[in-house]
Amino acid sequence: MEITVTINGSDHASDVEPRTLLVDHIRRTVGLTGTHVGCDTTSCGACTVLMDGKPVKACTVLAAQADGAEVTTVEGLKTADGLHPIQSAFTDDHGLQCGFCTPGMMLVGASFIAENPDPSDDEVRWAISGNLCRCTGYMNIVKAIQTAAARVAESSNGS
Amino acid sequence: MAAPTTPAEIGGIGHSVQRKEDARLIEGQGNFLDDIELPNTLHMAILRSPLAHARINGIDFSAATDLDGVVAVVTGDLMDQHGLAWMPTLSGDTQAVLATDKVRYQGQEVAAVIATDPYIATDALELIEVDYEDLPPITTPQQSLEDGAALIRDEKEGQTDNLVYTWETGDKGATEEAFAQADRVVTLETHYPRSHPAPLETCGILADVNSVTGQATIYMTSQAPHAHRTLFAMVAGLPEQNIRIVSPDIGGGFGNKVPIYPGYVVATAASLLIGQPVKWVESRTENLISTGFARDYYMKGELAVTDEGRILGLRVNMLSDQGAFYSDAQPTQFRAGLFHVVTGSYDFPAAHIDCKGAFTNKAPGGVAYRCSFRITEASYLIERLVQNAAYEVGIDPAEMRLRNFIQPEQFPYETATGFVYDSGDYPTALRTALEEVGYEDLRREQAEARAEGRLIGIGIAHFTEAVGAGPSHTYDIAGLKMIDSAELRVHPTGKAILKLGVKTQGQGHETTFAQIVAEVLGIPANDIKVEHGDTDHTPYGLGTYASRSTPVGGAATAVVARKLADKAKKIAAHLLEAAEEDIELASGVLSVAGSPDRSVTIQDIALAAYTNLPEGMEYGLEDVTYYDPPNLTYPYGSYIVVVEVDPDTGVWQVQRMVALDDCGVRINPMIVEGQICGGLTEGFAMSAMQWITFDDDGNCIGANFMDYLVPTAWETPRFELLATEVPSPHHPIGAKGVGESATVGSPAAFVNAVIDAVAHLGVRNIDMPVLPDRVWAAIDEAS
Ligand code: FES
Ligand code: FES
Repeated sequence: MEITVTINGSDHASDVEPRTLLVDHIRRTVGLTGTHVGCDTTSCGACTVLMDGKPVKACTVLAAQADGAEVTTVEGLKTADGLHPIQSAFTDDHGLQCGFCTPGMMLVGASFIAENPDPSDDEVRWAISGNLCRCTGYMNIVKAIQTAAARVAESSNGS
Repeated sequence: MAAPTTPAEIGGIGHSVQRKEDARLIEGQGNFLDDIELPNTLHMAILRSPLAHARINGIDFSAATDLDGVVAVVTGDLMDQHGLAWMPTLSGDTQAVLATDKVRYQGQEVAAVIATDPYIATDALELIEVDYEDLPPITTPQQSLEDGAALIRDEKEGQTDNLVYTWETGDKGATEEAFAQADRVVTLETHYPRSHPAPLETCGILADVNSVTGQATIYMTSQAPHAHRTLFAMVAGLPEQNIRIVSPDIGGGFGNKVPIYPGYVVATAASLLIGQPVKWVESRTENLISTGFARDYYMKGELAVTDEGRILGLRVNMLSDQGAFYSDAQPTQFRAGLFHVVTGSYDFPAAHIDCKGAFTNKAPGGVAYRCSFRITEASYLIERLVQNAAYEVGIDPAEMRLRNFIQPEQFPYETATGFVYDSGDYPTALRTALEEVGYEDLRREQAEARAEGRLIGIGIAHFTEAVGAGPSHTYDIAGLKMIDSAELRVHPTGKAILKLGVKTQGQGHETTFAQIVAEVLGIPANDIKVEHGDTDHTPYGLGTYASRSTPVGGAATAVVARKLADKAKKIAAHLLEAAEEDIELASGVLSVAGSPDRSVTIQDIALAAYTNLPEGMEYGLEDVTYYDPPNLTYPYGSYIVVVEVDPDTGVWQVQRMVALDDCGVRINPMIVEGQICGGLTEGFAMSAMQWITFDDDGNCIGANFMDYLVPTAWETPRFELLATEVPSPHHPIGAKGVGESATVGSPAAFVNAVIDAVAHLGVRNIDMPVLPDRVWAAIDEAS
């Protein structure tokens, strides 16, 4: 079937099998491999992308369901102004080790701080509880998301 | 902690330098196995046994072959025609690549489909009919060793029962004497349950064998690419120079990516026969049901103690559940890994351990899951025993430890099982952690809470780990000595490339190993590129697992950098017209002793190495070192956990977790702390929720992330980290391994905390995972 998905601002028209998962579409058809697959039960969140601004697990969405939608993947976080604050915060606070969970964590984090500019430790933990990390023990991921929130707040106060 | 000796812009040892690997990973530009695409790649899917034990009477795959897009169906018979139906394991057993005679565990590889598309390959699996004849499954090692138990390994010549191995260590006579003198014997029987490392990225391979040249380029999620190349050469009979293993970015390993799995062999053989690249990436279910599990030891420990709380001796009896094939990934001479460290941090003269392994109808494995070969089990047992001994003797568990610690002046200390601990100050570590947590106050609060019917527990674990395998006189895997290497070249512009035999899976080698060079030569860490994982482009080494990278590969890096420093001094002497002995090198400046204005930089030296050398000196600034460690390194730590247990439900919550680690010199404190937080989380996971179990038919319970519970951010406790820094005396930069300390040390602290909350009721054991219903039952039974 014919679908058009806007990924990171560019339209991608393709003919897909109805059963194609969005994550496979993004990785294999469109060729953006920053979105990962870590499980087969919608448990890990490594495949998280933003669909019309909301985080979804792309392993549990059909490509067909994304027809007409705006999708943001990790490759779309950076803008002409440079890295997204969540990206620099993950580096500064050592929020990643192997980096496999990182795209999903950052996308959930980015959409979360857009709605909650000053989150507590518990709020961040709850927000990312659909995403697994096997390396970091989460402490630095939580810290990075809080740092990013603070930086966003600071720059919008300043402007 | 020791202050760094280089300025921040150089970023030598002791600086929390930002990680170089992050830039690509935060932009989605990492290069993980499944991200690699080659033209004409075929995709493989594996048909796995639904049964734990059954005879295969026939396989009909004609319908699968007929499916559009299917290129080949591979069965055990086909593999057998090429002599590849079985493969050797790392522990000297053989393992079925694709089953020919029987299936011996649920999830075992039975057939493989190669197709043009991964969806089609999976579709075709449904079309394969296997005629199975049920056999009785054996799901515990106890059943397995009973008289008359069905023989699991009936194909194995000379195998008449299900016993895999027996092993013992220590001095039995001396231990019996110690027990004869004891005032009391404290006994603990417990099971360290089967667990799975479950890195977030599963295992996979992309095999690209050129059928004309025979060149095999194998992209593989490998923690040990060089060892894997050699093993591929040995198993498949391919000439080793034609095999190139490339281990790309790896999404966590934790031991899971050490073994060679059947899927790798099938994909490589298929690529060779078909003449096209073949990719296979495990699903999570495949990962959890078939690849390298860890632990699964039934342990009985007995501690001989005096009424004053002195430990006199230790006796351990163990039975391990090996699954259907003995494929433990561990040094050849060690049947139960480095379990010898079960004597822990304590000074006592006698210990004896005996252990048996049994085949069962379960997945094989026995990997060192974030652990230096069974040390996790050993450390858990002794720390649980010491805590229980304190209750029996009637002294405080912290005091019990302080009375028995090996003292700082006793190092190097030879344990009752013959390991020589290199360095440590255990009393300072424990006292520092006790003070931080406010131990005395906590004990008071605990007593007050009890009076109100609330249950608070304080658990301590003071572990000692043995990492950095290992000295060539003792350590090898499949005959390959466990040395490791580093090759360093400084280019004319003063920038450098460092090539390693070890391989990062998230530990940050690209940063920390550059820091070691920066420390020695003064070349900024950011000017040093670290290459690893590609066997054509790096020197030989046994890989990254068992916390061996810093102890062995890090040592090689320091030594090779020093070799270059020596040459740099010679060149400096030539340039400065001074005597070589008078040249001093600090932070990248080489100057004449006593006249600091006469100096050149390391960058000047680099240029001179290719342009202006003393007479007779060879050009270039480059060398390679193979490092054979004189001993293991022995990191340690004091962990204290505070929990509150709900007496009505058995649910427990961690209130505090204070973790003091001493891993010697810390190359990058930020990265060390990251490793510790990750390790503590995995320790918490095993103690609280994470286990692989089976029903009586041998069905794996824990085959996906709905059943195999790994903690999310929500359950994971917050950690308070502390450090002391007693250097390793024999490591070139005083460092010890650290990646696994926290996983090794923390389970006992968590479990001890829960036990401590209910110890006054007489509870002395709850097996891991300490699930609420188990806690509730223990309370119920005791009261
Ligand atoms: S791959 Fe989508 S949740 Fe795990
Ligand atoms: S950094 Fe490895 S899984 Fe999160």
